[in-house]
Amino acid sequence: MTQNDTTEPFEPKVVAYCCTYCAYTAGDLAGSMRLEYAPNVRVVQILCTGKIDAVLLLRAFEDGADAVYVAGCAIGDCHFLEGNLRAIQTVAHTKKLLAEIGLEPQRLEFFQIPASAGPLFAQRANEMTERAQKLGPNPLRKTMKQNAGRKLDKAPDQHPPLPQAKHGQLYCR
Amino acid sequence: MIVAERKPIEQIEAMIEGFDRILIVGCGTCVAVCMAGGEKEVELLAAELRMKGKLEGRNRTIDEITVTRQCDKEYLDALEKYADDYDIILSTACGAGVQLLAERYDEKIVLPALNTLFSGVAEGAGQWTQRCMACEDCILDQTGGICPMTICAKNLLNGPCGGTDHGKCEVDGEKDCAWTLIYNRMKKLGRLDYLKKIQPPKDYSVMTKPGRYTHEAFKEAQQEE
Ligand code: SF4
Ligand code: SF4
Repeated sequence: MTQNDTTEPFEPKVVAYCCTYCAYTAGDLAGSMRLEYAPNVRVVQILCTGKIDAVLLLRAFEDGADAVYVAGCAIGDCHFLEGNLRAIQTVAHTKKLLAEIGLEPQRLEFFQIPASAGPLFAQRANEMTERAQKLGPNPLRKTMKQNAGRKLDKAPDQHPPLPQAKHGQLYCR
Repeated sequence: MIVAERKPIEQIEAMIEGFDRILIVGCGTCVAVCMAGGEKEVELLAAELRMKGKLEGRNRTIDEITVTRQCDKEYLDALEKYADDYDIILSTACGAGVQLLAERYDEKIVLPALNTLFSGVAEGAGQWTQRCMACEDCILDQTGGICPMTICAKNLLNGPCGGTDHGKCEVDGEKDCAWTLIYNRMKKLGRLDYLKKIQPPKDYSVMTKPGRYTHEAFKEAQQEE
């Protein structure tokens, strides 16, 4: 890295958590259709958007993502019935958390991208990249390597051995 | 179960102001279930505080650990080898857990990250209500399993009062009248005659704080010691 890298155009990093049943398939379709879309998007395949957790979203920002979006099925189409509904709730909550810590909530979004919607996948990818470009770099990118924090190791709890039972299923391990 | 909520982030920030090494200690029991202070919430809070700190140009270390319960001493030993590395401990247990942690590590500053609300039940996803205020003399047998001490705004033991309004409470029209609930439940159970009994005044002297209790089986052992 050199001093004058600030003069280089800003290329946002965008993370897209995509549901394997819809948005990810739409991404494949976009590829088959040879659609061009912003190369800034890093797609993370997840089984269902219901898997998305506020921690995962915050971590992406903590690690320097300029924008993050979660892409799931249309309402009523979730393979697991209500995963996308939960994801909508999670994203809305996480936006509040972002505002709380002083990062623009607009950097995070939820999109519905059905499996058949290749062009929509490309459109959303461009849209989020543009949005990140407007908002500018995530200020956390400079410090992402410093003081990352860690989870301390904890030995499993010690429990007294179970009593040996004469009948039934109880026995000491 | 104890129900709690996270304090506003500004309040937590104000408490930890000026400290550089912070350990957040979660509790894996009640507050994990009410989504306020379990392992996941500790991860969230740690990430939030780290990011907020960095955005404001602070360089602080925020690590995390979650123990099974903070209200039982044996679970707190897990922190022993780490405690010295930190300036302060931020606990996401209920008030009881925070206090035991502060007692166990009394050379450390231990701070609460939650506001403890009540002991209650889950009504639905993410929603809890208070059901018991630990009056030390339970009368649920007389009231069809509905607690007038907690649900009735006036703690009436022989209700309802004259203010009951089509099943709602005169103190707060949003809330159910405890005694209408009790009447309906007793009717359903065919025990309405129970309501004719006059409840004697509650003995509030047993509620003197702080409560203390030794299990019968352990009393003798304690005396011998
Ligand atoms: S410390 Fe509080 S929240 Fe944790 S298990 Fe004990 S009572 Fe429940
Ligand atoms: S009467 Fe109500 S407050 Fe008292 S112990 Fe029973 S449930 Fe709890």
